[in-house]
Amino acid sequence: MRALGIILAGGNSNRMKELSEKRAIAAMPIAGSYRCIDFPLSSMSNSHIQKVAVLTQYNSRSLNEHLMSSKWWDFGRKQGGLYVFTPTVTSTNNWWYRGTADAIYQNLKWLKESHEPYVIIASGDCVYKLDFNKVLEYHIAKRADITIVCTECHDDDPNRFGVLRMNEDFRIEEFEEKPMVSDSNLISTGIYVVRRRHLIEMLERCAEEGRYDLVKDIFIRYKNLKRIYGYKINTYWSNIATVESYYRTNMDFLRPEIRDYFFNQYPEVYSKIDDLPPAKYNPGNMVRNSLISSGCIINGQVENSILFKDVYVGNNCVIKNSIVLNNVYLGDNTHIENCIVESRDTIRANSYYCGEDRIKIVIEKNERYAF
Amino acid sequence: MIAMILAGGQGSRLGVLTARMAKPAVEFGGKYRIIDFPLSNCINSGIDTVGVLTQYQPLKLNSHIGIGIPWDLDRNVGGVSVLPPYEKSTDTEWYTGTANAIYQNLAYMESYHPDYVLILGGDHIYKMDYEVMLDYHKSNHADVTVACMPVPLEEASRFGIMITDGHGRITEFEEKPEHPRSNLASMGIYIFSWQTLKESLIALKDQQGCDFGKHILPYCKDAGRRLFAYQFNGYWKDVGTLGSYWQANMELIDIVPEFNLYEEYWKIYTKGDIIRPQYVSSEGSVDRCIIGEGTEIYGEVRNSVIGPGVTICKGAVVQDSIIMRNSRVGPGAHISKAIVAEEAQIGDNVEIGIGEEAPNVLNPAIYAWGLATIGEGTVIPEGMKIGKNTVVSGKTLPEDYPDGFLPGGGALLKEGGELP
Repeated sequence: MRALGIILAGGNSNRMKELSEKRAIAAMPIAGSYRCIDFPLSSMSNSHIQKVAVLTQYNSRSLNEHLMSSKWWDFGRKQGGLYVFTPTVTSTNNWWYRGTADAIYQNLKWLKESHEPYVIIASGDCVYKLDFNKVLEYHIAKRADITIVCTECHDDDPNRFGVLRMNEDFRIEEFEEKPMVSDSNLISTGIYVVRRRHLIEMLERCAEEGRYDLVKDIFIRYKNLKRIYGYKINTYWSNIATVESYYRTNMDFLRPEIRDYFFNQYPEVYSKIDDLPPAKYNPGNMVRNSLISSGCIINGQVENSILFKDVYVGNNCVIKNSIVLNNVYLGDNTHIENCIVESRDTIRANSYYCGEDRIKIVIEKNERYAF
Repeated sequence: MIAMILAGGQGSRLGVLTARMAKPAVEFGGKYRIIDFPLSNCINSGIDTVGVLTQYQPLKLNSHIGIGIPWDLDRNVGGVSVLPPYEKSTDTEWYTGTANAIYQNLAYMESYHPDYVLILGGDHIYKMDYEVMLDYHKSNHADVTVACMPVPLEEASRFGIMITDGHGRITEFEEKPEHPRSNLASMGIYIFSWQTLKESLIALKDQQGCDFGKHILPYCKDAGRRLFAYQFNGYWKDVGTLGSYWQANMELIDIVPEFNLYEEYWKIYTKGDIIRPQYVSSEGSVDRCIIGEGTEIYGEVRNSVIGPGVTICKGAVVQDSIIMRNSRVGPGAHISKAIVAEEAQIGDNVEIGIGEEAPNVLNPAIYAWGLATIGEGTVIPEGMKIGKNTVVSGKTLPEDYPDGFLPGGGALLKEGGELP
C-alpha cells in the first residue's frame, strides 16, 4: 500500500460539556451501533490502508477499550495493523502531546521506520465515508505537497473549523484556523495527504522551533511556500465536537437517504461486535421514527429518537427527540424530551427531563440494582 | 476436556429450511443459528478445543464458524476445527452414524491427549455448564455420563429412556419404549473418559451406522463400565420439527421468557455480520416481537421473531411468524403463522397463511401445525395467496399459482431464487 494512516483522537472539547467527562470525542457513540472513530477507521480499512496509528491522549480508556482488538476493522494483520499511541515518558521527553503536530512528532520513529511513501492524516471526531485512494490519486495528479480535504459547511458554524479559499485550480490561497469572521463556508475536514518524508521534515523543523500545531504551525505557515491543494467532497461529512452537532449528526440517521448512504451502500462501516440479543418490543410499546439497537427492551413510547445498545425503557415512559446512550435503564413513567441521556445510567421512575431551548444532558449516576 | 459437536445431520423434519443447509446452521431467535447454543455453552464452560463434525450441506455452517472468532475459539492451541469426512487409503466412507463419525476422528482427539471427551448434538436450544456435568462424572468415577432430563411420562416414548438405581447409575436403557419405566430422557450429551471412548469405538468400528445410543452405550454397559445419568433441569428444547421450531421461537417473545437471552451471565455468541441499528418508521408498529439488527419496519408486526437485515414494507402486516435474515416483505403483504427463511422476497399484497387447514400433499408429517413454510431465497410474485400447511421454495412465477392461490396443504418447490 502507498499510504500510512494517522488518526488524531486525543482531543477534548469543552463544547461537548459533560459528555466529554467520560470519554474522548472519538469514542462518542454514533447512530446506535457505532463509535465515531469507526468512520475514519472503516474508511481507512476500506481504502486498503493497512497500517494505521491512532493517537490518543485525553480520557482514552473508553477509546482504548473500543480499539482493544483490531480485528473488527480487519486490522488484525501480520503486515501493518492498528497501532494505538498514547504519550509516554522517555529519558528525553516527559511531555503530553502538546498539539497535533507534537503528537505525531513524538511518534516520529514509527513514521521513519515505515516505508509507505504517503501519509493520510484524519481526525477521529468526524462522521463520513471516504475513499482515501481517490484523494491520494488527486494529490499525485496535482503534484501537490499537501492536500486538504474540504467541504462546504451548511448547517454548522464554519468559524469553528479551518476556513479555506481556493483558486480555480483548487490551490489553496487562504487558510485561517477558527477565524472570528469569514466570508467563505469552505472548511477543512481535518483530512490531509502529505508525503511521508516531507511530513517528517516539517515536523522536525516545527519541533525545533517549539511549535506544536499541525494546522496553525505547519499548514498555514507553509501556505505560500508549498503547493497546498483542496480536495472538495460533496458527500456526507459531519463533525461532532459540540453538543449541538453531536445531537444533529445522530438525528441525521433518522433520514432515509443518510441511512441508505451509510448502512446500505458500499463500503460498509465496521465496529466492535457486542454480543447482545435482538431488541425486544413488549406489549404497551409504541415506537415511531426511531433507531433501536440490539439488547434494548422497550415497554414505553419512543418517538424521533435513537436508543443505543442495551437500553431498557420502562412502562409508560415517553422518549421524544432524544438520544439515549448505551446501557441505560429508564424507570417507569419517565419523560425524556430533547435530551441526551449519558451512558450506563439508571434513571429513576417518574423522572421528568425536557430540554427547553437547547439539548439537555441527563446524568443521574444512580446505583443500579439487579431487577 | 475437549468437545465434539455432531453437526452433520440434515434435520429432514425441518423440511425446506434444511434444503440448502444443515440443521445446526438454521437461524434461531432473531439473530442466532442453532449451533451458537452448543458452541457458546462450550466456551462458557471453559472448553476451548471443539471439533465440529459436518457432512450434510456444510457451506453455511463453515462460513458461520470460520476460525471461531465470535466464540473466542480462535486459539493457538485447540480452538474450533471443522471436521468433514475425508478420503482414506482404505475403506473411505461417509459418517454412517454418530459414533462412526467420532471414530473417524480418533486421530484428531488423540492429538490433544484428552482425559475426557464431551459429545454433543448441534441441534438443541439450551444453556448448560458442562463443567458441572464433568464434576459429576469425576465424583462418580464414571466411565460414561449421559445428560438426561425428566420429561412427562406420556412423552417419554419419543426418547431414549435411562433407568437408574438410587445413585444415578444407569442399569438399563430403552430406546423409544412403548411403556416407559422411567421419565429420564437422554439429551444426546455424553461425557466419556478417553480410554473408554477409544476402546469402545475401536471395538465397534465395523458396526454399520454405529450410534452412541444404539451401540456404544449398550456395549459399555455390557462391558461392565460405570454409566451414570446426570440430571439436567434447565431449559432444553429440541427444535427438530417445524412445529417445535416455531414454538421455541415464539417462547422468546414472552415478557419474561423461560429461556432468557438477556441475562448478563452465560451469553450466547454469534457471528454478527450486520451491525447497524434497526429502524421503525412513523407508520410502522411493533408489538411483542424480537427484532435483529439492521431491520427496517414500515409496516405492522405482531408476535413475531424477525431476523437481521429484514425489510417489512409499508402496509404489510406480519403476525405469529418467523422472518429470517435479509428477507423482504413487500407493501401490503399479509403474513400470518409462517416461517420465512433467509433472503426470501415476498411480493406486494401477497397473503400467506389464509383459508382452511388441510394435510400437506408432499409430507403431512413435516408441514403441519397450520404453518406456511417459505424456503431460503424464495420469490413469491405480487398478489399471490398461500394457504396453511403449505411449503413454497424457489423462484415461483404467477403461473405456478392456479387462480393466484396455493390452497391449504399445497406444495410448490421450484429451482432458483434469490441466493446470495
